[in-house]
Amino acid sequence: MTRYARDVAIIAFAQTDHQRRSDELSEVEMVMPVLHQVLRRTGLRTGDIGFTCSGSSDYLAGRAFSFTMALDGVGAWPPISESHVEMDGAWALYEAWVKILTGAADTALVYAYGKSSPGEVRDVLSRQLDPYYTAPLWPDSVALAALQAQALIDAGHTDERELAAIGARSRADAAANPYAQLAGAVPRGDMVVGPLHRGDCPPIGDGAAAVLLAAGDRARELCERPAWIRGMDHRIEAHGLGVRDLTDSPSTRLAAERAGAFERPVDTAELHAPFTSQEVVLRRSLDLDSRVRVNPSGGALSANPVMAAGLIRLGEAAALIHRGESDRALAHATSGPCLQQNLVAVLEGDSHG
Amino acid sequence: MPQPLRAPLVVEFPFTRSLGPVQSAFLTGLRERTVLGVRTADGRILVPPVEYDPVTADELRELAEVAATGTVTTWAWNPAPRRGQPLATPFAWVLVRLDGADTALLHALDAPGPGAVRTGLRVTVRWAAERTGSITDIACFEPYEGESDPYEGEPDPYERERVPYEHEHEPRPRTAGGHDGRFDDPVTGIVAPARLDYDYSPGRAQSRYLHALAERRTVGERCPSCRKVYVPPRGACPTCGVATAEQIEVGPRGTVTTYCVVNIKAKNLDIAVPYVYAHIALDGADLALHARIGGIPYDQVRMGLRVEPVWTASSRYPDHYRPSGEPDADYEVYKELL
Ligand SMILES: [Zn+2]
Repeated sequence: MTRYARDVAIIAFAQTDHQRRSDELSEVEMVMPVLHQVLRRTGLRTGDIGFTCSGSSDYLAGRAFSFTMALDGVGAWPPISESHVEMDGAWALYEAWVKILTGAADTALVYAYGKSSPGEVRDVLSRQLDPYYTAPLWPDSVALAALQAQALIDAGHTDERELAAIGARSRADAAANPYAQLAGAVPRGDMVVGPLHRGDCPPIGDGAAAVLLAAGDRARELCERPAWIRGMDHRIEAHGLGVRDLTDSPSTRLAAERAGAFERPVDTAELHAPFTSQEVVLRRSLDLDSRVRVNPSGGALSANPVMAAGLIRLGEAAALIHRGESDRALAHATSGPCLQQNLVAVLEGDSHG
Repeated sequence: MPQPLRAPLVVEFPFTRSLGPVQSAFLTGLRERTVLGVRTADGRILVPPVEYDPVTADELRELAEVAATGTVTTWAWNPAPRRGQPLATPFAWVLVRLDGADTALLHALDAPGPGAVRTGLRVTVRWAAERTGSITDIACFEPYEGESDPYEGEPDPYERERVPYEHEHEPRPRTAGGHDGRFDDPVTGIVAPARLDYDYSPGRAQSRYLHALAERRTVGERCPSCRKVYVPPRGACPTCGVATAEQIEVGPRGTVTTYCVVNIKAKNLDIAVPYVYAHIALDGADLALHARIGGIPYDQVRMGLRVEPVWTASSRYPDHYRPSGEPDADYEVYKELL
């Protein structure tokens, strides 16, 4: 049973080893291996793909139209049906999903990449803020997350001990994730912007990810256990930080509702929470209880290639379904300061037998 | 394999934005040491003011003055200020709900240490000495040992007492005045300078190309699938979507495949106009690169012209290309490279 015109599934996922620096690789050199991996897993070739969509940021790259270079990696000449979002790749996946729902394509390749190593990502992210009242103050990404963390502590929703435990659990889980940048026992570290310590923040690094989508029987042909997208929606908060209740994420809750997340329990949730405090907000907004596995991959606290980290949440959730380790998973992606914009997808595998 | 190259790259630009009526009034107000909010249909006052109601999307235009004092609603201690931030010494980021406002404003709080800051702290605006109509006209906030929010607990903002003031140069009362947001000389735009510093690395293929160029050799890369040679190489064949790795030296001579005549002098470029800029297919390359043509009057350049690179003493790449003296190439030879 579906609320959409077509059944669409994630049929393959690949990601790079996320690293602090990747000087030896241009963006296209970093992206190409993951593109080839998802194609190889399904037996598809570049020419077979109905639609291609990518997510990346010129501000990270420090260059205008930087995504056009990465397009070489998908064999974009002669011209293919292609689009790009200056957003996390999760939103590229959303666009590709809509494209398939319209019937304009049966398969789609989605990829995203980000190299945070060349610039100062804390400053780079400040350029996405409102240019009149906020950006001239250069509040960096950690500072804004810290304001949210303090609001949560003041409201009694968390404390520094719980935040440290979220960081520790994420890095411990990441020990089983060969692609993670930060895993194992990681000290909480110095205060970066109080109340957030180094351990509350994501590692800074470079990486890429790719996902293949297919509709209906095509998905069943190409993948043993497709991760069907049962629902997907994205919503945004008011842009003024001081207008919002930073302890809550009504946009996440609304997106989850519209994606059907509350209709039946999920067994797993991959949440895009680059800061420990943001996991607290998301758990509250999504009513996740202790029966739900949260971020078995280690989440963005273990690898946070900006622009790809949200797509990776969808990919990780789908990969669990592909492997039979989840039957119904929630995947979340975020963008902007303090969980400004949120996307929620519900993925399911067909029941066995 | 040679080391990947790295070089500093600075992206710097003045972000020039025009202001609508609400933002203009707010920023002009700051210049005049007056803080203005905007009133919503249900009577809330939003500071900083926006043009459309965040809940109903109604157009908002009615401005209302609020106080320069307020209460911290959340804060974050910044032990290491970064470039461009309001204070150079450790400070607290704060969201401040100004007295009379229903929403909070982001800014910096000058405080001796995190122990001096808490949610609920009373603060007041410290005005910048020179004000131009910008959010930085508020230099920062500072702790304020005054009365608590005089409006605290009042349900209806319309009932709030307005303290009018008569003269521009009198000290502002700490409670809200009655300014309606009309100014004789409003600011209509802002210029927000932006600068980001990068340590740029072009990756394997382009590093190999640049290393060879430093030895005055032009080296392309061949696609293992379709066998095309790309110059300059970018690491992938755009037709096949696979990595290029086999290095092929091309040129140094080549053929003009097409060109244009540049008549407008570019800023910071010391080249007399008109001059010719051309696509040049180097011998052995399957993709044309582009360069300036010199050593020939601009109106004698033609498709098929054979050219060779001209290196200047200090240059890491050809300064321009000039005629090689060979007969023109036949169109059939380069038509696939147009
Ligand atoms: Zn090729």
